Amino acid sequence: MLHRYLPMTEEDKQEMLKTIGVQSIDELFSDIPESVRFNRDYNIKKAKSESELMKELTALAEKNMHMKKHPSFLGAGVYDHYIPAIVDHVISRSEFYTAYTPYQPEISQGELQAIFEFQTMICELTGMDVANSSMYDGGTALAEAALLSAGHTKNKKVLVSKAVHPEYRDVLKTYAKGPGLEVVEIPFKNGVTDLEALQAEMDEQVACVIVQYPNFFGQIEPLKEIEPIAHTGKSMFVVASNPLALGILTPPGTFGADIVVGDVQPFGIPAQFGGPHCGYFAVKSALMRKIPGRLVGQTTDEEGRRGFVLTLQAREQHIRRDKATSNICSNQALNALAASVAMTALGKRGVKEMAIMNIQKAHYAKNAFVEHGFDVPFTGPFFNEFVVKLNKSVKEVNKRLLEKGIIGGYDVGRDYPELENHMLVAVTELRTKEEIDTFVKELGDCHA
Amino acid sequence: MHKDQPLIFEISKPGRIGYSLPELDVPALNVEEVIPADYIRTEEPELPEVSELDIMRHYTALSKRNHGVDSGFYPLGSCTMKYNPKINENVARLSGFAHIHPLQPEETVQGALELMYDLQEHLKEITGMDAVTLQPAAGAHGEWTGLMMIRAYHEANGDYNRTKVIVPDTAHGTNPASATVAGFETITVKSTEEGLVDLDDLRRVVGPDTAALMLTNPNTLGLFEENILEMAKIVHDAGGKLYYDGANLNAVLSKARPGDMGFDVVHLNLHKTFTGPHGGGGPGSGPVGVKAELIPFLPKPVVSKGENGYYLDYDRPQAIGRVKPFYGNFGINVRAYTYIRSMGPDGLKAVSEYAVLNANYMMRRLAEYYDLPYDRHCKHEFVLSGKRQKKLGVRTLDIAKRLLDFGYHPPTIYFPLIVEECMMIEPTETESKETLDAFIEAMIQIAKEAEENPEIVQEAPHTTVVKRLDETTAARKPILRYQK
Ligand SMILES: Cc1ncc(COP(=O)(O)O)c(C=O)c1O
Repeated sequence: MLHRYLPMTEEDKQEMLKTIGVQSIDELFSDIPESVRFNRDYNIKKAKSESELMKELTALAEKNMHMKKHPSFLGAGVYDHYIPAIVDHVISRSEFYTAYTPYQPEISQGELQAIFEFQTMICELTGMDVANSSMYDGGTALAEAALLSAGHTKNKKVLVSKAVHPEYRDVLKTYAKGPGLEVVEIPFKNGVTDLEALQAEMDEQVACVIVQYPNFFGQIEPLKEIEPIAHTGKSMFVVASNPLALGILTPPGTFGADIVVGDVQPFGIPAQFGGPHCGYFAVKSALMRKIPGRLVGQTTDEEGRRGFVLTLQAREQHIRRDKATSNICSNQALNALAASVAMTALGKRGVKEMAIMNIQKAHYAKNAFVEHGFDVPFTGPFFNEFVVKLNKSVKEVNKRLLEKGIIGGYDVGRDYPELENHMLVAVTELRTKEEIDTFVKELGDCHA
Repeated sequence: MHKDQPLIFEISKPGRIGYSLPELDVPALNVEEVIPADYIRTEEPELPEVSELDIMRHYTALSKRNHGVDSGFYPLGSCTMKYNPKINENVARLSGFAHIHPLQPEETVQGALELMYDLQEHLKEITGMDAVTLQPAAGAHGEWTGLMMIRAYHEANGDYNRTKVIVPDTAHGTNPASATVAGFETITVKSTEEGLVDLDDLRRVVGPDTAALMLTNPNTLGLFEENILEMAKIVHDAGGKLYYDGANLNAVLSKARPGDMGFDVVHLNLHKTFTGPHGGGGPGSGPVGVKAELIPFLPKPVVSKGENGYYLDYDRPQAIGRVKPFYGNFGINVRAYTYIRSMGPDGLKAVSEYAVLNANYMMRRLAEYYDLPYDRHCKHEFVLSGKRQKKLGVRTLDIAKRLLDFGYHPPTIYFPLIVEECMMIEPTETESKETLDAFIEAMIQIAKEAEENPEIVQEAPHTTVVKRLDETTAARKPILRYQK
């Protein structure tokens, strides 16, 4: 058949069959027993030409309401941020996106160096010593942090704050079943981890304490007070962190975190209905040989030139098989590259400026809600998200907002029954004053 | 001589910026007023300070130091480095796919849910399974998800003693690693001299403690496990489940379906068979298909179709839970869907036919120059052994490095582990005969060099931007980040 992705001509095919010494391609499949042969065509949609398919899929995409057209106040782990135009130009260079894992360093120096730079930027933001080349996402990175802690401490109890993203906690619970870890959730008080409750759960069996910074409600967890408690006995201190917030907030490494994880989606990665995003994983140097996933290291070639290679591979599945520190193989390299480009474009100054702008806009919005008589139940310091109490269901309110072309905030009651009718509002640097004012006005009569 | 490529940090200069943020349109607020002093960073992160052109030149220079499928032939066995269609990239970047939030109300993302649902339907038919989840982010993640479902299935039957997962000695490293993460012990089953799973050994290791057998078919030697139904029977009779690692599905598209071979759980690598792309290491996508009796254990949520359109079903009491925040690597799933719709049933059949034709052609032409450990029709890939060259002092690693001088990405080397000096070659269906011939000629030349002039191979590569790198020092004294 003629297809633009299939270059073999009939003549090529005949020549090749002759070289192989068979009459037909079918003969090459003769080792598939008749009993398992698939003897019909797939009952799937017929092929479409490029232009027809583009038309169909464009129409399908248009069925979705998207955040470039409609202002969105949704966050909860995925944010609508400024993506420098250059990001897409870099990741569209097909030397990057059509390559695979840099197994052959001599022809993969571009990817390897880009990842080395990514690792450096993550270390800088988190205040940690070593960062890997990426994980699937923030949620699985968090789960792997718990597995690492359990393996390292030989303990089985994982304490996780209930103010950690509910979906991250769900992923953690699924991962915990494999090695049989016990996951204990620590309640929150005024929107941050309840320190007394945490203290009460601490014992010699704890593998790690996991908190999020800023947490699911946008609140800035008091890492300074949590750290000494988290470090009771052998327990490790794990912090999940939005890397953009670290443009202004004191990094978890400074507070003594052993492992810092999160998702770099805020840097140059579109929301894409939840994925692909890109997890990061950073540790103190003591844990360097236990970190999951690929690591790029600097070295030299025979002639003394600087070069980069995948290193400390004795941790990984292709060498250690069932004894590997993780099963991860393919990761999210291209998105790590996107994040690197965005972090580079923003740079030292822009990351801080953008983080501050998030704080300013979110605080403006929060103040506007308060002025309009809304209850904002959590009163601690926050980054770019906060919780507002409404007098009716968030679902209903959001429906109304949609009619005005606004994508409202997240229904916190879905995961926290005690916070029914509470909306989690995210305000990034992209939301204008006008959009915020309209949003608050439209919610005008919804205060409890 | 090639020069060092500066790091982005080394070209940084205070006073330059590469961004453009909107003007602040709300009253300025002093951060110190709302964030306690302890929580405001005192030391700024050392991120680069560069202009937009600096950035573009930097990454363009880096890209030139990288080899992708678009740069040249990439016969990396087991990875299916086929052409990545450009329409895929365009579709994935449509705002209605790229800029939708996963927590938007379902009625505002019907197009996305419809695409996911239809992709699931297509993958069900392609694999012969009864249901598919798109959540896993890659192959290994799919393996772990599938094993967790098998575990949940056994436990739901009150069967708590199935602690072992069997993998062949040819299995990819992620198979045993995933078994460990899922809480199982790995047992290895031997291969025969013909390169297939040894049925006697399988009978020996299978038992009441068997949770599952994990298998690729064709296996990682590129050979079809023709006793598959017998193996399925052995495992099923013992109460175990059969797991299909779909990394090699490209070989059997429209020829044989895992669901018809007796497999209970299947993962696919959409970044391989369905043109993901590979992204320099990811992101991928690793959907998992299951037979009916495992449906209750699918991870939450499940994309479903109801009277009022498509929705996310969370009401699944027996689900293994969540395996990933949100719903998988949607952007990759969009690309795979676009590809499947570009190929259709006829196109996908042609894919496996040409993939297999190409591999057999290369295998036959190279068999004269390199040892062919398994002399029979291969599927989409085949293995050669560099044993003959090793005797001449030329290792498979050297051959791989020499191929770099010809502008090729080498095959996968030293895997599977059971083949001495292994080279695993997967041409894929998107390569032309001219490309295959040129690569074959290079391989023949290298075989001759090994005999006549081994140093040129042993000292390769000669043309790359760096020569062989000191990996030992890299691991002994790790430098994992830039420091001023
Ligand atoms: C045979 C086989 N199984 C599993 C995997 C793992 O897939 P992934 O890298 O997508 O996690 C691979 C690929 O790397 C493979 O070749």
